[in-house]
Amino acid sequence: MKIVLNGDPLEVAATTLAGLLEERGISGRVATAVNEEFVQASLRRSRDLKDGDRVEVVAPMQGG
Amino acid sequence: MNRFYGIELPNPLMLGTAQYPSPAILQQAFRASGAAVATVSLRREGAGGSGQAFWKIIQDLDVLILPNTASCLTVKEAVTTAHMAREVFDTNWIKLELIGHTDSLQPDVFQLVEAARILTTDGFEVFPYTTEDLVVAERLLDAGCEVLMPWGAPIGSGRGLNNEYALRAMRAEFPEVPLVVDAGIGLPSHASHAMELGYDAVLMNTAVARSGDPVAMAQAMMRAVEAGNLAYVADPIDTRDMAQASTPVIGKAFLS
Repeated sequence: MKIVLNGDPLEVAATTLAGLLEERGISGRVATAVNEEFVQASLRRSRDLKDGDRVEVVAPMQGG
Repeated sequence: MNRFYGIELPNPLMLGTAQYPSPAILQQAFRASGAAVATVSLRREGAGGSGQAFWKIIQDLDVLILPNTASCLTVKEAVTTAHMAREVFDTNWIKLELIGHTDSLQPDVFQLVEAARILTTDGFEVFPYTTEDLVVAERLLDAGCEVLMPWGAPIGSGRGLNNEYALRAMRAEFPEVPLVVDAGIGLPSHASHAMELGYDAVLMNTAVARSGDPVAMAQAMMRAVEAGNLAYVADPIDTRDMAQASTPVIGKAFLS
């Protein structure tokens, strides 16, 4: 399945949002959104991904 | 000093975490100054997990965390960012930024009020980055904000307090509301000036991080905000047009 992760097109085997994070080795303090909608951490495992989904994964960063 | 959503800050310095020459200098600037609050943001997580390393640095600072919605341009974007920030940083505090103008980074106050209403309804404790406009300030309070953060000058400009009159009027209009001058500070004298007007805190980033010695500048800023606050509490004298001798005239020897 082809998705877009943080702006980059990507071929993935994972079928859920939680699976995608595991497949990409992303863990720790992150927050997620699919197609511009926030998906809270507790719902990542039940959030199915489909072809063309746009996934954003963000983490703490310097800010003013 | 007014409380920020029930929290009494140990001092009135809020410091950004961006643009320092290195993480070590960022840490030293916070430790040396004792700044009470650190502003942070969210960005896309890279493959190397750089965000996790930064999170560790922030935790070690042991200060209050104020996440921002920097560079958001729409209500939807800002609200979604706020939700993500709440989950990542585990706080209801959010510095709500909605940018309306590319060059000045002036807040889009129309969208700001709308986003503030949505977020306060959802349990967020909103710190709105706003202009010095009193009508907008009133709307933000109506929307549930319990803090106001008017700009001193455009972000990163270092110009100080562009509109002292309006900032003074805001203090007078909302004596019970915690007020923070956010953005535009360049020098300790600017920060002290804000505190002398009776503001409750000053938020800055560039003035410290981009100075030649951020650790020294952070300390200078802390001394400035503390001096300004002490001066405000001490009730400064009124200005006069003409001199008034400070040395007693009575008892002066007749020598001419």
